[in-house]
Amino acid sequence: MSTEIVVFAVLFLVVSGMGFVAARWRRANDLASLHEWGLGGRSFGSWITWFLVGGDLYTAYTFVAVPALLFGAGATGFFALPYTVVTYPLVFLVMIRLWSVSHVHGLVTPADFVRARFGSPTLALLVAITGIVATMPYIALQLVGIEAVLKTMGVRGDLPLIIAFAILAAYTYQSGLRAPALIAFVKDSLIYLVILVAVIYIPSKLGGWGAIFDAAQAKFDATPAPGDGILLNSNNQLQYVTLALGSAMALFLYPHSVTGVLAAKGRDVIKRNMSALPAYSLLLGLIALLGYMAIAAGIKPIGTDVNTVVPQLFDTMFPDWFAGVAFAAIGIGALVPAAIMSIAAANLFTRNIYREYIRPDATDAQEASVSKMASLVVKVGAVLCILLIDPQFSIDLQLIGGVIILQTLPSVALGLFGRWFHRAGLIAGWIAGMGAGLVMLYTIANPATKHAHFGGSAFPLEKLGLDTKMTVYAGFLALAVNLIVAVLGTLLARAVKMAEGPDATRPEDYVADREDPRVHDLEVAGSS
Amino acid sequence: MAAPRSDRSPWNWLLLIPIAIPLIPALYNAVEPRLFGIPLFYWLQLAFILLGVATTTVVYRMTRSRR
Repeated sequence: MSTEIVVFAVLFLVVSGMGFVAARWRRANDLASLHEWGLGGRSFGSWITWFLVGGDLYTAYTFVAVPALLFGAGATGFFALPYTVVTYPLVFLVMIRLWSVSHVHGLVTPADFVRARFGSPTLALLVAITGIVATMPYIALQLVGIEAVLKTMGVRGDLPLIIAFAILAAYTYQSGLRAPALIAFVKDSLIYLVILVAVIYIPSKLGGWGAIFDAAQAKFDATPAPGDGILLNSNNQLQYVTLALGSAMALFLYPHSVTGVLAAKGRDVIKRNMSALPAYSLLLGLIALLGYMAIAAGIKPIGTDVNTVVPQLFDTMFPDWFAGVAFAAIGIGALVPAAIMSIAAANLFTRNIYREYIRPDATDAQEASVSKMASLVVKVGAVLCILLIDPQFSIDLQLIGGVIILQTLPSVALGLFGRWFHRAGLIAGWIAGMGAGLVMLYTIANPATKHAHFGGSAFPLEKLGLDTKMTVYAGFLALAVNLIVAVLGTLLARAVKMAEGPDATRPEDYVADREDPRVHDLEVAGSS
Repeated sequence: MAAPRSDRSPWNWLLLIPIAIPLIPALYNAVEPRLFGIPLFYWLQLAFILLGVATTTVVYRMTRSRR
């Protein structure tokens, strides 16, 4: 036990300290690199973008929670795989347009774009608030990943968690995006190492893949729950597909994904990354199967916290020192996305709330310092979330986050391709979609966790009066409501001749590339 | 001045393949045939990653900007 803690603590401190020092060292000696890391001057090339976006999207929480889903319910949890396969071809043509228009007009957040495109500060405010609210629980969940590891190592009390986040806060405050980009490299190498060892070594000790799946099958056959099993049944296939597609559409609406993509050097870097990022999906698919390995190995979660099954599996199967390495990989893996997410949320606050509503004449220096403070506040809020509220509540919030961020799709993603919608229609659609989504989530119960409300994202169609046991992803239905209202609202607004907002963008802005004289570099990181 | 740039290309239609195929459960919702003891449901969906990488790579190479 103690070997584990020592290896974990040493790796964790060395790696986060290294990022901190490296960022400062480059700042002191090498101005060109300062621009590279601060995203001010030169932006990121293919490799760094790959590590940054990958480290950003595939978080510690994913590595802990996805196998926990397979452990608990089986095949339905595997939706994470088609989700991350579908998302890249889906956003391939979308993100390059966002990159171009953002670099021509100096836009940093999705809300900035909506403001420029539809000429509506109100719509931009709604998009900004949606982004902040959806990101906060996501940051909190990174802590759930660290917490699961600490629990398994037998560390009690809140202090270690607070120290971990203090480190995170210190280095994002100091170095903006540079440190996470650097640490992402180490984090991913560690995680690849751990997972490759796990998928070769653990099955060999458990009697092969066949035996692992047989054990999972036997477990699900023995439970009374109708929805579990190693295959889908006729009632949850629609849920599986809509959840995968809905999550795929939501992924690149999150402000932190946008931050990572905008930091890229050009359109070709983004395109190349869209074909290279699925390498992480392979990792995710293999990690998901750890859930079944835990079943075959007879792992029991600590208390009711199923997020501890993967750390418990490592603890049981690996020698102490390697379990320590694995835990460090998860812990460091939590810091990278948490840093990028808090920067993205801080940018939204500074640009779309502070400068728009509180102090329109803010100088660049004021903006930067507000951004730094906001990123601290967001992180402290996330720590409080974990310490004061049941972690299960954060997971529910994250679920809501996916549903609500989808409601920005008509203004952000469709707005990139055309300007048919009227700003009033989009606002009405957002309100309707948000309302419908929250009402649906409220009515979903989860008998397993004894939650009467917000118990999951699978909405039973029988609640709409349909004679079926099929379920569908609530976010998907909410988006449908949003789109219908947005279309009707647009027609109505045009019929009564409501004023159109001015469109600051021109069609050629959406295809501009690096060599275009109108393309400017962006200051994406809040601090420099 | 050069012709206006555009993102339009017939190659883009290829992107629909890795979007549509993984969303059809009828293709993979079965245990047999197994591969190394892994049920079809799992190994075929993992194989879809290759499909996604292949198509996006082709589209990237055919549509990247010429210098």
